[in-house]
Amino acid sequence: MRRALLIIVPYCWLLALFLIPFAIVFKISLSDIAIAIPPYTPTLDFDAGWQGLKNFAKALDFENFLFLTTDALYWKAYLSSLRIALISTLLTLLIGYPIAYGMANAPDHWRPTLIMLVILPFWTSFLIRVYSWMGILSTEGYLNQFLIGIGIISDPLAILNTNTAVYIGIVYTYLPFMILPIYSILERLDGSLLEAAEDLGCSRISAFWLITVPLSRNGIIAGCFLVFIPVIGEFVIPSLLGGSNTLMIGKVLWEEFFNNRDWPVASAVAVILLLILIVPIILFQRNEQRQREAES
Amino acid sequence: MSDLKFEPWNDPKAVPLISFRNVTKRFGDFIAIDNQTFDIFEHEFFALLGPSGCGKTTMMRMLAGFETPTEGKISLAGQDIAPIPPNKRAVNMMFQSYALFPHLTVWNNIAFGLKREGMAPDAIDARVAEMLKLTRMEKFASRKPHQISGGQKQRVALARSLAKAPKLLLLDEPLGALDAKLRQETQFELVDIQEKTGTTFIIVTHDQEEAMTVATRVAVMDHGQIIQADTPDRIYEMPNSVYVADFIGDVTIIKGRVSPSDDGYEIHHAEGLPPLFAKSNLSLKNGTGAYLAIRPEKISIAAEQPSSARNAIKGAIQDIAYLGNLSTYHVELPNGTIVKAQATNNRRLANRPFTWEDEVWLSWTDTAAVLLDH
Ligand SMILES: Nc1ncnc2c1ncn2[C@@H]1O[C@H](COP(=O)(O)OP(=O)(O)O)[C@@H](O)[C@H]1O
Ligand SMILES: [Mg+2]
Repeated sequence: MRRALLIIVPYCWLLALFLIPFAIVFKISLSDIAIAIPPYTPTLDFDAGWQGLKNFAKALDFENFLFLTTDALYWKAYLSSLRIALISTLLTLLIGYPIAYGMANAPDHWRPTLIMLVILPFWTSFLIRVYSWMGILSTEGYLNQFLIGIGIISDPLAILNTNTAVYIGIVYTYLPFMILPIYSILERLDGSLLEAAEDLGCSRISAFWLITVPLSRNGIIAGCFLVFIPVIGEFVIPSLLGGSNTLMIGKVLWEEFFNNRDWPVASAVAVILLLILIVPIILFQRNEQRQREAES
Repeated sequence: MSDLKFEPWNDPKAVPLISFRNVTKRFGDFIAIDNQTFDIFEHEFFALLGPSGCGKTTMMRMLAGFETPTEGKISLAGQDIAPIPPNKRAVNMMFQSYALFPHLTVWNNIAFGLKREGMAPDAIDARVAEMLKLTRMEKFASRKPHQISGGQKQRVALARSLAKAPKLLLLDEPLGALDAKLRQETQFELVDIQEKTGTTFIIVTHDQEEAMTVATRVAVMDHGQIIQADTPDRIYEMPNSVYVADFIGDVTIIKGRVSPSDDGYEIHHAEGLPPLFAKSNLSLKNGTGAYLAIRPEKISIAAEQPSSARNAIKGAIQDIAYLGNLSTYHVELPNGTIVKAQATNNRRLANRPFTWEDEVWLSWTDTAAVLLDH
């Protein structure tokens, strides 16, 4: 009985916080836009009884999904989001791995401080941190002032409102999600394995590639998914730091909802986004499971 | 047969494989290895024996190249190894924790060192197969380390460290994780493999029985120094110090003052008791303090005073430790000294001749006890 309860609780949670909202969004994606409150039809009218339900079902269709295929904007936005997510995941890995490696090899008494420093940015609001990047990257921003000040450039660089700014913002924001899982694996890596590799004829560098990297694989995979999955749907960073030519699906979604007030199309965009995300989420879960099995 | 005996350490012409010359290793102020000079010869199975923290692992790590001596010189086959990094040394180490690569199969673990050498794939195949056969692990070649037992891991680690046919193999407490029975089997296997491959082995252990079983020579260490390095039987029969006598096996140490007599010394150890006698070629001044070390199995125990023995003392049985095949009697002398004497239990328990509180005579021959000056 208690076990049944224990199992039911997470399922209720899933039902209330994921499945029901998803069902509502899915239903809206099958509706038509209307000038009304809420801004779509049909709405479910329980007073009309069985006939009402039939009329309701009849009014639902997939025309919004068809519409998404007719306008190139949408698939371009999906593709561009995927590309930006891929590139920024790669950049985060390239920057995050050496940091995690350095932390794991730092003297013991330094490590808590270093972890603290990685987590510290979370203590301030995400929005404020992204806004401050606007202050740094704008034409009159600190970065340009500094570069002009030391005479490297004479005209300010246009970084803000470009994809570069978006990458900077994403890498900055998501770096801790890459560092922490990799660090937690590297920190537990048995140092005698590297000595054994050296003993058997490896140089330090080849021991790194042959032992350290393969053994931190699960951390790398976890970190990549933890960055990749949320970045695909990222909306704040491209809106604030990106320019008119920064195309990301999160931004499109926002514009459909709040600028065009086209809830049905926006919902269709959201449903497709979710379908795209399901694949990496399942892969991520499988990786986590494998890691737990390997450790037990 | 006797002239075929393997004892290069007694041959002044023999060239050592490894030589330590005044090697000292310090960690900060702490002296881990204290000014050591000694040689190890080819085909030896050399055991380092000593309490935890005495510097055994440090000695191995200096040979493998993970630590450099603070002072002194270590040579391997006549060549100073200080400038050679660990990955270029003809030395392999079997780690205390095995250090098998968890992401590689048994086969790939064994092939790891060969691949680094750039050996041809065919040759690697053949060599790995040979190592798998030697360690009887053929059936497990495609398993990962977490899919095999502790004893099998230990064999893979051994195979991996032997695969490159090193001149010298270092084994750091290789059998520490095994249970007693498996340990014994593996000890014989190790000796067997060492004889088959002809590799020089240095084994670290804190288990004296293990050292005695496998080694050609045993080095007893304490506080960063080798106190005595000798064959197992000499270490046991002719310890050079109280420390070694006490460290290896069971022993009774009797302290006294010596007076020369015949070809040895009389040891006056207690007022009112007759002096004990031991043959010895130490040269000690009359009246200096010394120690007599006597192994319990060298002492006879009898109800009547033996007529001939020069060393005979009376005492009372204070305790009996029954070991199955043997019993150790703790006999208290009139001055309170406890002497341990051992007798085989060739009769059933109920028929044993002595019991608690019995008065007995202990006796031993002139050569049974070893006289030690420190
Ligand atoms: N890297 C090191 N830094 C400081 N002290 C060390 C280091 N390695 C070993 N020691 C010290 O040297 C002594 C000998 O260690 P070790 O050779 O590991 O002993 P054993 O293997 O005989 O137990 C120990 O007291 C240990 O604390
Ligand atoms: Mg040790």
